[in-house]
Amino acid sequence: MENQQDAVATKKEPLIGYVHSIETFGSVDGPGIRYVAFLQGCHMRCQYCHNPDTWKLNVGDQMTTDEILADAAKYRAFWGKTGGITVSGGESLVQIDFILELFEKAKAMNISTCLDTSGQPFTREQPFFDKFERLMKVTDISLVDIKHINSAEHKKLTQYGNENILDMVQYMAEHHKDMWIRHVLIPQRTDYDNYLTELGEYIATIPNNVVQKVEVLPYHTMGVKKYHEMKIKYRLEGIESPTSDRVANAEKLLHTADYNGYKTWMPLPKL
Amino acid sequence: MITSETKTTPAWKGFKGGHWQEEINIRDFIQNNYSQYNGDESFLAGPTAATTSLNDQVLELKKQERAAGGVLDADTKVVATITSHGPGYIQKDLEKIVGLQTDKPLKRAFMPFGGIRMADDALKAYGYTPDEENDKIFSEYRKTHNQGVFDAYTPDMRKARHYKIVTGLPDAYARGRIVPDLPRVAVYGIDRLMKEKANDFAHIGDGELTDDVIRLREEVQDQYRALDDIKKMAASYGYDISQPATNAQEAVQWIYFAYLAAIKTQNGAAMSVGRIDTVMDIFIQRDLENGVIDESQAQELIDQFVMKLRMVRFIRTEEYNSLFSGDPIWATLSMCGLGLDGQHHVTKTAFRILKTLDNMGAAPEPNITILWSERLPEDFQRYATEVSINSSTIQYENDDLMRVQWGTDYYGIACCVSAQPVADGLQYFGARANLAKALLYAINGGRDEIAGDQVGPAYEPITSEYIDYDEFMRKLDKQMDWLADVYVNSLNAIHYMHDKYYYEAAQLALKDTDLNRTFATGISGLSHATDSISAIKYGHVKVIRNEKGIAVDFKADNDFPRYGNNDDRADDIAKWLVKELYAKMNTHHLYRGAKLSTSVLTITSNVVYGKNTGTTPNGRQKGEPFSPGANPAYGAEKNGALASLLSTAKLPYRYATDGISNTFGVTPSTLGHDLESRKDTLVNMLNGYMNNDGMHLNINVFNKETLIDAQKHPEEYPTLTVRVSGYCVYFADLTKEQQDDVISRTFFEQM
Repeated sequence: MENQQDAVATKKEPLIGYVHSIETFGSVDGPGIRYVAFLQGCHMRCQYCHNPDTWKLNVGDQMTTDEILADAAKYRAFWGKTGGITVSGGESLVQIDFILELFEKAKAMNISTCLDTSGQPFTREQPFFDKFERLMKVTDISLVDIKHINSAEHKKLTQYGNENILDMVQYMAEHHKDMWIRHVLIPQRTDYDNYLTELGEYIATIPNNVVQKVEVLPYHTMGVKKYHEMKIKYRLEGIESPTSDRVANAEKLLHTADYNGYKTWMPLPKL
Repeated sequence: MITSETKTTPAWKGFKGGHWQEEINIRDFIQNNYSQYNGDESFLAGPTAATTSLNDQVLELKKQERAAGGVLDADTKVVATITSHGPGYIQKDLEKIVGLQTDKPLKRAFMPFGGIRMADDALKAYGYTPDEENDKIFSEYRKTHNQGVFDAYTPDMRKARHYKIVTGLPDAYARGRIVPDLPRVAVYGIDRLMKEKANDFAHIGDGELTDDVIRLREEVQDQYRALDDIKKMAASYGYDISQPATNAQEAVQWIYFAYLAAIKTQNGAAMSVGRIDTVMDIFIQRDLENGVIDESQAQELIDQFVMKLRMVRFIRTEEYNSLFSGDPIWATLSMCGLGLDGQHHVTKTAFRILKTLDNMGAAPEPNITILWSERLPEDFQRYATEVSINSSTIQYENDDLMRVQWGTDYYGIACCVSAQPVADGLQYFGARANLAKALLYAINGGRDEIAGDQVGPAYEPITSEYIDYDEFMRKLDKQMDWLADVYVNSLNAIHYMHDKYYYEAAQLALKDTDLNRTFATGISGLSHATDSISAIKYGHVKVIRNEKGIAVDFKADNDFPRYGNNDDRADDIAKWLVKELYAKMNTHHLYRGAKLSTSVLTITSNVVYGKNTGTTPNGRQKGEPFSPGANPAYGAEKNGALASLLSTAKLPYRYATDGISNTFGVTPSTLGHDLESRKDTLVNMLNGYMNNDGMHLNINVFNKETLIDAQKHPEEYPTLTVRVSGYCVYFADLTKEQQDDVISRTFFEQM
């Protein structure tokens, strides 16, 4: 008895993650069908963000990594060869300690891991960078959202510049970490040929063929309701979704058709 | 007598021999001769000019039919039999596959044997005047199934029926749900089948004429005569089907004649086509290899066969249409699956059948059912899901589950979702009992919550302000005992009379004489009953009563677990309800030694059942539709699509062997951003569901906005089809109420 009590006393407090919501049927959040944990908290204030309810830090459901994995594992039969879990947000990297533990355990269970991030918290400073390097070792693929290729415009749109974000992409590419690049197309904000061309050229320079897919995500107004409910001013009032012609134009300028790795992608470590 | 005379016939040239030559054994014929296909859809051919021309004519007739209020033409005089009508055509010179139910396309036959009043009411509903002479014959001289049943019903059964705690019973129309072994006609020809039936007849009983022996002897004589009639009917179209088919065109035609005999004589709630894909493929493959036909001609045969299945019509009463909306006949055509040896049964003809939806446009019939396994070839899985994405016309059923349960790979889907061994299985269809209503009877001491009358046993009602769970469960137990009794015994009466007055001679002639029968029952309102019990157990339910003391509303203090969230607390209640009602029904005598089975599928009758059921403790308001089949209650699902699927997958198929239907609606963008991703998602979803023992899945892929627009502008969506519980309908053919129900059903979407 005594020994057991000792064991309990010395046991580390489990890490707690703040979870906004769970989606068991994520089919647009990485390869295959994925169990998506939307984590709470983000520093950016993107004008078009459709989930302002995920901004606040340290609120939401408190879950341990074991709880998430036990729940996720129920859906394993749906994952096929490519599916698994995705951590999204909010901004997932805000809770890097939590996702590091989550992904390490997931890989030990042979569950594929996908990181959905805007890269904003990325830095080569410690202690973050060490954790990030460990995280990358247990991440099969990342969905990187590049909000704007021009840093000044990026700042207008999100309140932060994009230098560290592009640096994160560089790091991932140098370490052969696969990714999808995503870009939200917003009339009067990102839908300009010159910026799209520039972004397309930038993506083409990402080395080591790590870019498996490039997606243009047309801006939609479905998040507006939440702003009204939360009584936050919505800064894109009056801006409509882009036309299908403009979406096709953006896809052409970003050369999305050239990035087809996703069709045969498998979550196995590269040799 | 040992003989080798049947072993060879020129029609079988090129086929590999086996047991099937010595006995009627289509499964063995298939196993010896089918060709697996592992490739993709690129070999497929488009429609021929003849097919397109015929299809345009059929679509035009369909348009006229809709404009005429649903019925284009109806017979009032000729009583339908296999040979009652001379040959009918769309345009004879273009038709590769011929044969119509009556003498004109889409003309509905007069079928009084189920019940003369029902037949007359159906005619009157569409402005036709019933024939006086027929009325006299079927009222005074010839008893019908309907009269027989009502002669035998007890007052209790009439009451249960009147207050709609049991509904949709096949007591005035044909029970259907028989899967005839249609390929027998193509492989053996009618003469051989008659010879085998004569041989069976000679061996019925040991000379002691008990009731059972007398009945079977009479039935086999009826079957024998039906076979002869099928031969005569085919002859009227210029075909001699006494011998086996010699080529693919004949094989498809022979099979169609066999089906035609069934739909000329029976207006069953489901008139299944069964399994025809592999046998047709064997004949087609032989002709292709011998250069007799090319791919375009092969496709033409399949297209025109399917076109005929799209033209099957019965005339129904308004009451029937409100239960089964959209003119369905469940020409269920099931295909693929695996053999018992683990080899898949995907042939090129399975692709050809799916291709008909492209060649002739989407249509609700036949009710195409893919017997799914993870081990079907990936190219086929992907093609099937592409067809689903484009047309929402396919349903998927778990072959790995059914093959094991039924012990054979040669089974077909009998109705919407029920499996049945083709050669020797027979299901007695039995509609369903309303569990949500039974639960209200438990609270109200057997009084009907809408009418206030005593219907169930008069046990003491619950009188406390808050419902005590233990007290409620004791009372539910008594009401379920009563329901099981009255329901099963109603069905005993129905099937006795159906065999006596409306025997399915043409279909049963194409099955073994010695049958394994199942006694089908069904459950409606499962999700609401489950959530209501959960509310009583976990939610502290307060009762609000009217002046008569009937519970008319409920308030749950706390939130409670709901079925559809992969939460065992609620899902275990659903499982228990299925097993408990099964166990109670199984204590009763079942007609002709049948084995009890049940189902959780409602078709579109969920709307009518809901209409006749008061407010339930889970918060569902009086009159609101039930959720369809085994689907969770509207709005109950909080954890997304997969959690919902896993809840349904927990329902025990071992008891509900007639099927557990799940209708899944999803927007295209939720499945993925492009077609390839969407196909991936559906394939993975189906594999995941079925590997968790999910039994059946209807897949609808479209936006809610599309449906709302189609309701406003039906003329712009003439072929928009939706899958409802276990079948498929033209959206425009649903009543406004049912359209609203389909629109309000859960659509899984993500932002």
